[in-house]
Amino acid sequence: MSVIDQKKIRNFCIIAHIDHGKSTLADRIIEMTGLLTSREMQAQVLDNMDLERERGITIKAQAVRTIYKADDGEEYMFNLIDTPGHVDFNYEVSRSLAACDGAILVVDAAQGVEAQTLANVYLALDHDLDVMPVINKIDLPSADPDRVKEEIEDVIGIDAEDAPLISAKTGQNVHEVLEQIVKKIPAPEGDPEAPLKALIFDSVYDSYKGVIVFCRIKEGTVKKGTPMLMMATGARADVVEVGTFGAGQFIPCDELSAGMVGYITASLKNVKDTHVGDTITNAERPCAEPLPGYKKVNPMVYCGLYPADGAKYPDLRDALEKLQLNDAALQFEPETSVALGFGFRCGFLGLLHLEIIQERLEREYNLDLVTTAPSVIYKIHKTNGEVIDLTNPTNMPDPSEIDYMEEPMVKAEIMVTSEYIGAIMDLCQERRGIYQSMEYIEEKRAVLHYHLPLNEIIYDFFDALKSRSRGYASFDYEMMGYQRSELVKLDILINKEEVDALSFIVFAGSAYERGRKMCEKLKQEIPRQLFEIPIQAAIGSKIIARETVKAMRKDVLAKCYGGDISRKKKLLEKQKEGKKRMRQVGNVEIPQKAFMSVLKLDDD
Amino acid sequence: MCSSWMMTDRELELYVHIPFCVRKCAYCDFLSFPSGERERKAYVDALIREIESRKDNFTDCRVSTVFLGGGTPSLLDGEDTARLFDALYRSFTFVEDPEITIEANPGTVTAEKMISWRKSGIRRLSIGLQSVNDEGLRMLGRIHTYREFLDTYSLARDAGFGNINIDLISAIPGQTVKSWEKTLRTVAELAPEHISAYSLIVEEGTPFYNLYGEEQQKGLFSDGKISSLSAGGFPPLPDEEEDRKIYEQTAVILNEYGYHRYEISNYAKQGYECRHNLGYWERKEYLGLGLGAASLIRETRFHNTADMKKYMDVFSDGTPAENVSGERNTASAGTGEIQSENSAGQDDVREEFESLSREEQMAEFMILGLRKTAGISAEEFSSLYGTGIKEVYGSQIRRFEKEGLLTEEDGMIRLTPRGIDVSNYVFCEFV
Repeated sequence: MSVIDQKKIRNFCIIAHIDHGKSTLADRIIEMTGLLTSREMQAQVLDNMDLERERGITIKAQAVRTIYKADDGEEYMFNLIDTPGHVDFNYEVSRSLAACDGAILVVDAAQGVEAQTLANVYLALDHDLDVMPVINKIDLPSADPDRVKEEIEDVIGIDAEDAPLISAKTGQNVHEVLEQIVKKIPAPEGDPEAPLKALIFDSVYDSYKGVIVFCRIKEGTVKKGTPMLMMATGARADVVEVGTFGAGQFIPCDELSAGMVGYITASLKNVKDTHVGDTITNAERPCAEPLPGYKKVNPMVYCGLYPADGAKYPDLRDALEKLQLNDAALQFEPETSVALGFGFRCGFLGLLHLEIIQERLEREYNLDLVTTAPSVIYKIHKTNGEVIDLTNPTNMPDPSEIDYMEEPMVKAEIMVTSEYIGAIMDLCQERRGIYQSMEYIEEKRAVLHYHLPLNEIIYDFFDALKSRSRGYASFDYEMMGYQRSELVKLDILINKEEVDALSFIVFAGSAYERGRKMCEKLKQEIPRQLFEIPIQAAIGSKIIARETVKAMRKDVLAKCYGGDISRKKKLLEKQKEGKKRMRQVGNVEIPQKAFMSVLKLDDD
Repeated sequence: MCSSWMMTDRELELYVHIPFCVRKCAYCDFLSFPSGERERKAYVDALIREIESRKDNFTDCRVSTVFLGGGTPSLLDGEDTARLFDALYRSFTFVEDPEITIEANPGTVTAEKMISWRKSGIRRLSIGLQSVNDEGLRMLGRIHTYREFLDTYSLARDAGFGNINIDLISAIPGQTVKSWEKTLRTVAELAPEHISAYSLIVEEGTPFYNLYGEEQQKGLFSDGKISSLSAGGFPPLPDEEEDRKIYEQTAVILNEYGYHRYEISNYAKQGYECRHNLGYWERKEYLGLGLGAASLIRETRFHNTADMKKYMDVFSDGTPAENVSGERNTASAGTGEIQSENSAGQDDVREEFESLSREEQMAEFMILGLRKTAGISAEEFSSLYGTGIKEVYGSQIRRFEKEGLLTEEDGMIRLTPRGIDVSNYVFCEFV
């Protein structure tokens, strides 16, 4: 298919609440359009990082091109763009949607419309996509497609009358989905002769090809040799190769023209030059203005990452640089901590993003990491009129220099079944949430609207939400700017010495509680040593909580005869190994996991 | 007893394991289990075959000590014990005045047995008493009362045993400094030559572990305050503070009766220190015979299988054992004897060979030697390893001296009392 009739192209994505079967449907579509044989199918081909497959979530946008021979006898080119499924990656989602002309909305026939379903549909509608509902998992005994159809119409307000009732798992009625894609999703528009205008919706780094840009051509044509200009970053490069997406491979072609989805390589060395959302044009014949909607994504959550073994610092830097090639949202800069030595202050889109990076560093780069408590960016208004962004609690100026502080807030939408409304409202209350409104979307389910400080949800809000609703609540949020707040820096002193890596910023009203919990937690984490170790929480010079790790009195083997020696030596070696994983702060040895204990203060 | 005609410097200790007991005690993690008389006889047969199959590798050695341990070796009848010792005397050359010990538990000993042991050349008796309190004995799962112990003890004296050790366990559930003091004084009044007093270790895999394991585990990491809740109707373990007071008091009280501490848990009247056990801490060569018995031969550690069936198959009455011992006769004594035996497939009862590097030998020198209250000699270290002790362990020694855990006097380095309390903390810097 060298020359494509624009009318035969369908660019679409699949949107769904987590676990409603998005990836399974994608697999089925790829399988049934014949691009892959059943045997070649690895379950969920689109999620190709190990981590994605394990967690069942999509981290990076993926695209695949398939050919479908429809019932009308014509061949259609389907470009399926899989979008990341988590609020941390909201911006990426929006750019992926902008690359599409329509969206398949997958709704679970048993669970119905969920918070994320709504959020995603609104996002799709914002991008003027035609949304085509599909009801999945009709093979479940608890499936109630009629109710779900009604819900889609009532809650979302889109016509669900002829929504295909399918089971992506068994393949039942998936054919109907394919036919509806042809009929309901509009063909792309755009003039292949116009000046080039292409939307970057993702980019990945490949050690052979350099940066590979994923894009949707809105206007014009791009081919080998086209001089490219990224309109926002100003980066320039000549196109080396263009092509389309096979399953798990790149298929080069001669050119990409308006309406097509494909990739471009141009021996660019860094994904930083190819921001998601930027517009590619022809440097010699540029378009008048870039596509709308570009913004530079900024990290929301910061934490310190330190190698467990100080000697691995250069390895950590290399690994972060490599990950950054593929992940423009990841930021890092060197920092030093008295307790932890040399490391990096890293910025992430959210806590999930943080966890993913941390896990990839540990797994793919074999690094043992110490992570400090995540922090959001606080705005500090100093008495001299200066405003600083604080990403590391250690850098907080002296309180006498601070006029006031602001913290980031989010608009949260929590969907919950009625029996847990009380529990969830309590949770939001505890987390300083400000109640906005509540609406019932049906008899037994409601959406709660809250304004919440971001720093209250970055630790374990998800977990708390799930445990207090027995897994029934779902949660979505968006940033809503800064709000003035009473914040203090809480320091932890171990054996009278301040441990910088354990400091954190906390709402003044929660400081005592947090300080107390922190001391209790540390007391459990720090093994007894030769002397008594006081653990104190302090605000400035004021101690607000204290615990004591008693001195070790006894650590002795009463018996050691001929038959005991080998075994006892192994025990001593193990004990020594354990010590190696400790950090020396002053003359106290602190286990590495103690530095992460702040994360789990609410696990009661 | 054969005295030696061949003058040699290579000294060897023998440990013979008898894995039988009447019933497992609640704290015991040793290799032992109840048995029948026939089983015990067959085991002694196998032991004798093992002895005979090993002897040719040690023709250049003189045996200085024998320790018949268990289990409960006193469970063997006199005749079996005699056969066993006959085989030992037949097979090995002994020094002039070897120390020969048997472990005995009250309730398994008769006057006849004692006399027979004397005839077999056994000179030292180690009696497991553990507590003078019948309540305590029952809790520990012992099969005897204090009264029964006293009977055994006087039988032993009557039989002429002039070197007796009594085993005690301190820090058992419900114990206080006061009740321990009573135990110690009661025992010291009997004037045994040697007393071993072990602070209870709750070992995994024992009934005590199910009752107290978690408490002890928690004790290591939280505030050390062992919960006062009783475990399964048993009183709680003494907390660490109490445990250390008990330990401290042990040396003080026994000192009054003329005992001195010579190792972390061992006390003796002058000249009655257990030579066999000192050998372990001084890294002398020892050969373990019997099920699961450990050896240190030519700087290689290994042990026999703990699998009774396997052991009996190899050293059974049948032809395989003949073959084993027959072939063994051709094995030459020498440096490679252990490995060559093993790799030749002639001997598959030995396991977990650990050939010690120079560094490991030095580490063992430290962690075993420091168990002795006399400590270790810097001079001996340099003559053994050709390098000064401070060159190898200078930074550790300085640090522990500063922390008050080690002390140095007249070329001897030893643990301080506080150092003994936390000796693992010290030792793990040497391994």
